[in-house]
Amino acid sequence: MTELLRAEHLTRHFKIGGTLARGTLHAVDDVSFLIGEREIVALAGESGSGKSTVARLLARVYPPTSGTVTYFDGTGAGKPLSALRSRRDALRYSAQVPMVFQDPFSSLNPVFRVSHGVLRALKLHRPELSAAERRAEAARVFDVVGLGAGMLGRFPHELSGGQRQRVGFAQALATRPRLILADEPVSMLDTSIRIGLLNLMAKLRAEEGVSILYITHDIASARYVADRLIVMYAGRIAETGPVEDVLAAPRHPYTQLLLSAVPDPKAPPPGLEALAAAAGERGEPPKVIDPRPGCRFQPRCPVAIDQCATVTPELLPLGTGEAACHVAQSGAEVKAFS
Amino acid sequence: MLEVSGLTVDYLTGTNPVRAVDDVSLSVGRGEFVGIVGESGCGKSTLLFAIARLLSPPAVVTAGSVTFRGENLVTMTDRRLNAIRWQNLSVVMQSAMNALNPVMPVGAQFADALRAHGTISRKAVAARSAEVLRLVGIDAVHLGSYPHQLSGGMRQRAMIAMALLFTPDLVIMDEPTSALDVVAQRSLMTQIKELQRELGFAVVFVTHDMSLVSHYSDRLVVMYAGQVAEAGATRRIFDRPLHPYSRGLLEAFPSIRGDKVPLQGIPGSPPDLSVIHNGCRFSPRCPVKLPACETTPPALLDREGTSVRCLLYDPGIAAVAQAEAGQATQPRRRRL
Amino acid sequence: MRKTLWRALARSPKATAGAILLAVFIVLALFPGLFARDNPTTIAYPRNLGPSAAHLFGTTGLGQDVFSQAIYGTRPVLEIALGAGLASTLIAALIGVAAAYLGGFWDGALNVFTDVVLVIPLFPLLIVIAAYVHNSGTGVLIAVLTFTGWAYTARQLRSQALSLRSRDFLAAARVRGERAAYIIAVEILPTMISLLVAAFLINALYDVLFASSLQFLGLGDPNSVAWGTMLYWAQNNEALQTGYYLQAIVPGAAIALLGAALALLNYAFDEIGNPALRPVRAPRARRRLASIRIRRPVSA
Repeated sequence: MTELLRAEHLTRHFKIGGTLARGTLHAVDDVSFLIGEREIVALAGESGSGKSTVARLLARVYPPTSGTVTYFDGTGAGKPLSALRSRRDALRYSAQVPMVFQDPFSSLNPVFRVSHGVLRALKLHRPELSAAERRAEAARVFDVVGLGAGMLGRFPHELSGGQRQRVGFAQALATRPRLILADEPVSMLDTSIRIGLLNLMAKLRAEEGVSILYITHDIASARYVADRLIVMYAGRIAETGPVEDVLAAPRHPYTQLLLSAVPDPKAPPPGLEALAAAAGERGEPPKVIDPRPGCRFQPRCPVAIDQCATVTPELLPLGTGEAACHVAQSGAEVKAFS
Repeated sequence: MLEVSGLTVDYLTGTNPVRAVDDVSLSVGRGEFVGIVGESGCGKSTLLFAIARLLSPPAVVTAGSVTFRGENLVTMTDRRLNAIRWQNLSVVMQSAMNALNPVMPVGAQFADALRAHGTISRKAVAARSAEVLRLVGIDAVHLGSYPHQLSGGMRQRAMIAMALLFTPDLVIMDEPTSALDVVAQRSLMTQIKELQRELGFAVVFVTHDMSLVSHYSDRLVVMYAGQVAEAGATRRIFDRPLHPYSRGLLEAFPSIRGDKVPLQGIPGSPPDLSVIHNGCRFSPRCPVKLPACETTPPALLDREGTSVRCLLYDPGIAAVAQAEAGQATQPRRRRL
Repeated sequence: MRKTLWRALARSPKATAGAILLAVFIVLALFPGLFARDNPTTIAYPRNLGPSAAHLFGTTGLGQDVFSQAIYGTRPVLEIALGAGLASTLIAALIGVAAAYLGGFWDGALNVFTDVVLVIPLFPLLIVIAAYVHNSGTGVLIAVLTFTGWAYTARQLRSQALSLRSRDFLAAARVRGERAAYIIAVEILPTMISLLVAAFLINALYDVLFASSLQFLGLGDPNSVAWGTMLYWAQNNEALQTGYYLQAIVPGAAIALLGAALALLNYAFDEIGNPALRPVRAPRARRRLASIRIRRPVSA
C-alpha cells in the first residue's frame, strides 16, 4: 500500500481553566496511524475521544503539541506538515487534503448560492482555469456527487440536509484531492439518507481514486464503507485493523463495548437480564484532564488487571491489527462485553 | 389512555397553508411504549407538539381530537391544561440538554417545577428531587450543579428525571437521544425501559432512527409526509414491513453482523408539503409503484392488525393492476 | 434572497410606515423647491405671524417663512444622519467583526481601543470640538458624530459576530485557504446584512438627534437652514414663552417624525435579522404574518 499520510505520536493538549483552576486537557495523546492511497479509513470513537481533534490536526487548523504528520504528495519523500510554511505550500496541501464538515445546516454560507464554495476553491487552488472552465468543472463535480449541474444556482435553504452534504463533498472534490477528511459527514442526517452519502464515499474512492478518513461514532456505517478501522478512546488509540477483522474479533474491551451497544434491528430484542446489565453501564467517556499513567478505560473495564491502573498500554501489533490493552497483549482472550 | 383521532395540523403561512399533519390517528394504552418514526419533515415533531398542546402560531390544529384520560386536550382550557401538565403528562424535548436553564443549578429547576404544582415544603422538594435523580442514576449531590458541569448524557437524564417528578401517566419524548453517542444512547433507552416497568407510565417516543426503537417499543407508527404510512406491533413491522417506505427504511441500516451487502436507501427526498399531490405521496420514490398510485390517494387499511396506507393492499386496485398486468384472474370489483 | 427580503418588508406594517415616511423626507430633501415657494432665508415678511394661507406655519422672529425653512432644512439633516450613520456603521462593522473573527491578541487590542473611545463622554466632546471649529457645517458635524458614534455599535456587532464564529462555513473557508480579510469581508459581513442595516438606522436616528441638539446649542452654523438652527432661533426669540409656538413645534415635530421613520425601519430590520423578535399573531385574527418562508426540511 502506498503511503499517503503518516501520523506519528501525534499529541494535542489544550490549556483550560481560569487563573484559579488551571489544567491541561489531553485531547489527543500519542496517536500513530497510516493512511494509504485509495483506501477509506474509519476513525471511530465517542465524543470526547479526540477523533475530531485528529481531523483538525490533519487539516492544519492548529499545530500539534508534539508529534509529526508526514504527507506524501507523490513526488518522492514525504514532508512533515510543520515544514509547509509558505502560502503556496499551505494552499497546495489544503487542496489535496480538504475537509468535509458535519453540520449540513451551517457548512454553507446562506447568503451565496451553493456553487460559491466550489468556485472559490477552484479560483484559489487551480488559478490556471478560466472562468468558463471553472464553471464547467463545478458542473462536473456536482454531477459526480449526484446533484446535477442544475443545482448550481440554488441557495442552501432550498436544499435538503443530504443535498447540502453532497455540496460539501463537491467542494472537496473540486481541488482534485488525494485525501478527504470527512468529519462525521452523516451524523446529522436522517438514517435513511445516510446510505446515499456512504455510497457516494465508496464511489469517490473507486472512481476518483480518493482516500477518505471517515470520522464517525457509528460503527455500523464504518463497517459499511471503510477498509480499515481505528478505534479511539479518551484521546488514545484503542485498537486498529482491517474492519472485518476488528468487528469479527475485537481485542480491546472498549471495542467490544461499542459493538455490543449498537442496536441491530434484525437481531432479536434483548432479554431482561441483558437490559439490566446494560443499564449499569453509564456510557460516560472521560474528559482527560491531567491524566495519571495507566489505561484510561480501566475504570469501566470489567477485565482490568493491576497493571492496567499504573502502566499506560502501548499500541502494539496484535493479529492483523494493533491493540493497546495489557490483557489482550498478554495473549489472553478478552471477553468483556457480549 | 391517549387517543388521537383524525388530528390535522396546518401551518397558516402566507397564501398556502401547509398541512404538516394529515388525519393522524393513534392510541396509547397504559404502560405502552409507542414509537413514532419518520424522516425529517414528516410531521412527527409537529404531531407531538400538537398532542402536548405546545403548538405556537402559525401552526394550528384544524381538525381532530386528542383524548387523554377521557378529556379532549385540543379544546381544553389553559387552566385545566396546567393542572394536567407535568402531573399526568410530561414532555422531554429534543436537545433537552439545552432546555435546562444555564444560570440555575439543576436542583433549583426541579424545585421550580415542584412548587409550580403544589409542593411547598423545602424538605419535600429536596426529598422528591433527590429521589427522581436516583431513579435515573444520578447522584443527588448534583442538585447543586449547574447544567454545564454535567455531561451530555447526564443532562439528558436530568431532563427525564424532571419529567418524572410527578410520576405522570404519559411521557412524550422528542428525539431525546439524538445528541448522544451509541453507548450513552443504549444506557438511556434501557433506563427508560426500566423506569417504565417500575413506575408504569406510557411513553410516546419520536425519532428518525428506526433501529433505536426496534428493541424498546411495543408498537410503531411510521409517518411519511404528514400521514401515517404504517402502524402496528413493532416486531411485526420489523419482521414483515408492508409499506414500501417502511421496507426502504429498514433496508437503510448497515448491519455490523452478517454479510456485507450494498444498500440502496430511499432515493429522492420527502415531498414539499405546500404543494398538493394527487395520489400517494410516496409514489415518486416508490420502487414498486402502480400506475394508479399517481392518481388515487390510498386510504389507511387494516391488514391483520397492522394499518397500512398503500394501494398494493387495496383489494380493488390490486385486482386492476393484476388485470392490467395480463393476469386477469379476478373480476373488477368496486372500491368501497 | 433579495426577493424574500422585499416581501418581508412589504408585509411588515412597521416597515411600510417607516419606509413611506422616510421616502417623503428624502423627496423633500431632494426637491425642496417643488414644495416650498419661498426662499427660506429671505427676510421679507412681517415677523412672528401666525399660520395663514400665505405662510402655512407662520413666520419666524426674523421674518422668514417657517414652512420653507422646515422643507429646506430637511436636506442638511438627512445628509448628516445618513452620512454619519453610514460611516460609523461601516467603521463599527470592520472593527467589531475583525475583533470577533481574529480573536486572541487582536480581539483584545481592538476591544481596548473601542472601550477607550466608548468611555469618552460624547456630548462634552462634541461641544468642545464644535466650539473649536466655529460655525461647523455639515462636514464637521458628520466627522464628529462618526468619530464618537462607532464604538457602541462595534461592541454590538462584535458580540453578534462572535455567535456566528462557530458556523462551519467559516471553518470551511479557512480550511479552503482563504485569507482572513476575505473571510471577514465576503463570508461574514454579508450574513449580517440585516443586523448592519438595523445598526445603521439606529445610528442615523441618534445622529439626527445629536446634530439637531448641537445646532440648537448654537454650535452649528446659525446661518444655515436646518431644523436644529430653527430651534436655536426660536429659542433666541423666546418663541414658546411669547406664544409663537409653531416656530418651535414645527422643527421639533420634523425631528420626531424623521426619528420615528428611522426607528420603525430599524424595528423591521431587527425582526428580519432575528426571527425571535417577529410579532406572533393568533390565527383567529386571520391576519397574515410577516415572515420569510424558510423551506428548510427540519422536523415539522
